[in-house]
Amino acid sequence: MNYLVLLGILIVVAGFAFRLNPLLVVAVSALATGLLAGKPLLLVIAAFGKAFNDNRFVTIIYILLPVIGLLERYGLQQRARTLIGGMRRATAGRLLLAYLLFRQVTASLGLTSIAGPAQTVRPLVAPMAEAAAERQDPQLDDVRRERVQAMAAATDNVGNFFGEDIFIAIGSILLMVGFLQQNGIRLEPLQLSLYAIPTAILAFLIHGARLLLLDRWLARHSRESGNPASSSDAVPRRDARFRGGDGTGQ
Amino acid sequence: MITLQHLYILTGAMFAGFALLGARDRTNPRRLGNAAFWGLVAASFFGGDYFGDLGNGLLVLTLVALAGFGALGRGNPPTTSAEERAASSERRGNRLFVPALVIPLTAFVGTFLLKGSGWIDPKQATLVSLGAGVLLALALGYAWLRPPALAPLEEGRRMMDSVGWAAVLPQMLAALGAVFALAGVGNVVGGIATHILPSGSLIAAVAVYAVGMAVFTMVMGNAFAAFPVLAGAIGLPVLIRQFHGDPAAVSAIGMLAGFCGTLMTPMAANFNIVPAALLDLKDRNAVVKAQVGTAIPLLACNIALIYFLAFR
Repeated sequence: MNYLVLLGILIVVAGFAFRLNPLLVVAVSALATGLLAGKPLLLVIAAFGKAFNDNRFVTIIYILLPVIGLLERYGLQQRARTLIGGMRRATAGRLLLAYLLFRQVTASLGLTSIAGPAQTVRPLVAPMAEAAAERQDPQLDDVRRERVQAMAAATDNVGNFFGEDIFIAIGSILLMVGFLQQNGIRLEPLQLSLYAIPTAILAFLIHGARLLLLDRWLARHSRESGNPASSSDAVPRRDARFRGGDGTGQ
Repeated sequence: MITLQHLYILTGAMFAGFALLGARDRTNPRRLGNAAFWGLVAASFFGGDYFGDLGNGLLVLTLVALAGFGALGRGNPPTTSAEERAASSERRGNRLFVPALVIPLTAFVGTFLLKGSGWIDPKQATLVSLGAGVLLALALGYAWLRPPALAPLEEGRRMMDSVGWAAVLPQMLAALGAVFALAGVGNVVGGIATHILPSGSLIAAVAVYAVGMAVFTMVMGNAFAAFPVLAGAIGLPVLIRQFHGDPAAVSAIGMLAGFCGTLMTPMAANFNIVPAALLDLKDRNAVVKAQVGTAIPLLACNIALIYFLAFR
């Protein structure tokens, strides 16, 4: 067995450890792996290019950005905030819990692309969660604001991943059916998707509990900073999305 | 019939727009780098099927060189101020949600109603409907908001620049998976996994299988690439054939163990790095960090689920 090809995996891990650009790391790993396996360079480059081309559909999702950007130009995020501001009992944790349920249920019906980071998290869910968190903790600092936004994106992923496999026609189910078939085991997609249900329930319980803990964490900070809720107007509101004139790089 | 090809042309046109507008954006000192990068992505969408495999490979290597050696900056197209946005939000009210909701609604309706109509490729019903929803929402936005003609492209370019090279990482990882398959990496990993497994211990085999799925997914950024390797090395020969586990439970829950790995790796750029960029978070790994607390207990649950459900 040719153990040298494992160097490719090592390159990926080391590239991350040294914080090199992932595109560069992946390309170097691919070329090294192919060459170590004794394949000619041009063949490796061609195989790499073919798979890149075959997977263009992953990148289609960015056609949403112009629409979302246009609506944000006219105040979509502000509207999302106002909507949550009007709901007295809304908290960041409860809001995200409701979103988690929505995302799991719709994904389990095969509707994975109706929501996502560009579709829902940036324009709607994150600003709503942020607005709720601002009411829970008027002294909300940048660390906590980022945590709430990151939790919004995390909730979207958890709901998506642990909902979609309940749907019988999703890619990963079809991949498994194909793999088992090649190895002489015939299964219906439904048999596989049923076994996604226990994990889906546990994912809801675990992530849901963490969302409610997020509320307690915000409340504790609010108490510790001893705020009277009325001081909220005095807090300068920072919003990274409206950095009008700064042209700084990443 | 509308197929994925039409959607590729639409996407290519958008990236071409980002490239052209980016090239003349003097707020970005690296504007030519951005223009070259998005221009090549546009070329890939327009002509990828005509360049040949080697041509596509060279295109990818050029993208890598541009991103890897820091040729990409960030444009700052003109937009509305925070005050203007607040005033517009006040004036237009909740109707602002309508165009945003048109997209998922079109995707939903299209997926179910148009699938058998012969108008769209049934295999790509959701993606094609999503594209239609975008055009519909855009038309509605133009008619109602009357923005400057280039506003949607400029706003889109702002977000695209903040995503940057991470936008093509998922495609790159799929390509890496193809090269790994060509080189037989899966067989070698499988051989090692079988070797280190203590023979006769079911719980150890289940744990190595599930944790292996998560770890290999973290390296490859994708559970789809990890599944054939780990299922071929442990799932099939040991759990299913030797211990007579239920193949449906072993496979399905094993895949979900892999998804726990997806939650914990920056390699899964489209799920973990892109959202952090879209939300303008200072820490690019903030989303990964927010997910670890869910992923690790859930991975433990998946090990238990395989052990108890597959071997009743």
